[in-house]
Amino acid sequence: MSDISTTTVLDNRSSDDEALVLELRDVTVQFGAVVALNQATLGVKRGELAAVMGPNGAGKSTVLKAIMGLAPVTGGEVFWRGGRLSLPTHEIVKQGISFVPQGRRVFTHLSVAENLEIGCLYLNDKAEQARRLDSVLELFPVLYEKRRDMASQMSGGQQQMLALGRGLMAAPEVLLLDEPTLGLAPIVVKEVFDKVHEINQRLRTTTFVVEHNIKGVLDIATRAYVLDKGRVVHAGTPQTVQDTNILTDVFLGRFGASDEEAE
Amino acid sequence: MLSKPPGLRQILELFRNPRGAVSPSRGNIELWANIVILAAAAVFMLVKGATFAVTLGTVFAIWAMLTVSLNLVVGFSGLLSIGHIGFFGLGAYSVAILTSTTSYEQLRTGSIPTFGWPFFAALPVAVVVAGLVALVVGIAFNRFRDDIYVLVSFGFAIIAFNVFLNLRPVTRGAFGIHDVARPQIGSWVLDSELELMLLALVLLAIVVGISWFIVSSSFGRVLTAIREDEQVAEVFGYHVTHYKLAVWVISAMMAGLAGGMFASWTTFIDPNSFILLESVLLVSIVILGGLATIWGSLLGALAFVLLEEGMRFLPGLPQEYVGQARQVVLGVALVLLMLFRPQGLLGRFRL
Repeated sequence: MSDISTTTVLDNRSSDDEALVLELRDVTVQFGAVVALNQATLGVKRGELAAVMGPNGAGKSTVLKAIMGLAPVTGGEVFWRGGRLSLPTHEIVKQGISFVPQGRRVFTHLSVAENLEIGCLYLNDKAEQARRLDSVLELFPVLYEKRRDMASQMSGGQQQMLALGRGLMAAPEVLLLDEPTLGLAPIVVKEVFDKVHEINQRLRTTTFVVEHNIKGVLDIATRAYVLDKGRVVHAGTPQTVQDTNILTDVFLGRFGASDEEAE
Repeated sequence: MLSKPPGLRQILELFRNPRGAVSPSRGNIELWANIVILAAAAVFMLVKGATFAVTLGTVFAIWAMLTVSLNLVVGFSGLLSIGHIGFFGLGAYSVAILTSTTSYEQLRTGSIPTFGWPFFAALPVAVVVAGLVALVVGIAFNRFRDDIYVLVSFGFAIIAFNVFLNLRPVTRGAFGIHDVARPQIGSWVLDSELELMLLALVLLAIVVGISWFIVSSSFGRVLTAIREDEQVAEVFGYHVTHYKLAVWVISAMMAGLAGGMFASWTTFIDPNSFILLESVLLVSIVILGGLATIWGSLLGALAFVLLEEGMRFLPGLPQEYVGQARQVVLGVALVLLMLFRPQGLLGRFRL
């Protein structure tokens, strides 16, 4: 953990702590004997687009699952708007945090419009639901076109757009995206990143994205974290990530090798 | 919703799927299943005459109430319950105990308290009893799913049967309860088969209506979402446990209603009507008709009743083998269906 950029950002922490709207402080997540996250501290400021990167099994997705109450947090705390966030999963979306899970997971036996409606049915306000449906359909022309089709009839990229749109139906303050480009063709990957960027820029939706596609996500992110073996090994900006060879290190397994030996 | 005049298939489709989402890949099997089963019912009625058809209608209505309600649980919340017959029994016993007026002092089992309620006062109680028991059982079962759920619901069916059989001061055990009251409105006693069939069909209509409302409401859409992906439904703000519990209780109340009707129709019940096999048959019919389709469950119940009763008149089949032959035929039908059409006659989902 002697990487220079890590310490730099850790030093900065005290100054912008207040501004972090969603933050994990020293969060540890354990699945049985497996430590998926090890005292990870990371967060996102209002309006930012934070990217979490790292190799497979680094604990990237666990970051989002810890926020959503889908992973057993055994140490540390999640903070939301300065207060502790410890609600059951189904209450979290009502706090303004919306989660777009990995692998799209749209409801294939519901139509596109119905999938979107699921995103805000908990509101019990028909007028508001209709307003949100309209605005999401406006943001995603492809969903408008296919609104009556069953979700199962859509392509992978379209389903990802649907998953994004469904997440936005909650009109979230923070959008959590878990591997939004996983398993998509390169041209579609670009579309998805553009859309995520648009959501972040146009709607000013704070976004926390977990991605394996480094290049694409660094282009749109304003804050970047690199995870390796459950630890945050770099916290900075896309620029600081690119300036160091931290990514090459973690992806080639060079980083933390000594750690492992020590354990 | 449809721009051109709807054809037969679209009409059937709308029946089956109230939201009118037409998928092009259904094939003709649904259409044929509808035609064959409905035609068989018509032929049966014509050949066997009105009296028999009326009895058949009552049996169908009771079975259909059970299959439609069970489909809410199996098809919409994805919980494979083989304990449904237990709620049917609870409803039947509630009505029987509350309405029966016979004194049993001459029998060694001793008397059970006689209340002598009218049927229409006992029926809501039957529904509530089934619902309350379902609530308690459901809370206990909520942590289970999939194969474990089958096992615990199996446990429930066994326990229910044994309570009916052995809680003699209340249920009279194997002696059963006689003289269950017939429905009565003012001075009009519904004691002809035709009147009873009409009442059963009215109750069935209520059950179907409520199911329809549930399925086509936003509540039903959330249930569909839950069946597909519980975790995502949870993420989008739905307390999955509550939804499942709600549909479980509603379904049990419907089974209780069917049970009350059954007790009054037969006027005599004993524990043998509520054995596990009946529950397994119910699940089979639901799968045969197709998961998450109300029409499929109705059609499945009709096919089952026709098969059950129709076998009686098969030429060349000795009467003593009819009972066994029915189960063989049903078994073969199920195996064939699972081989060639695993989603059931009208269904879209596999188990």
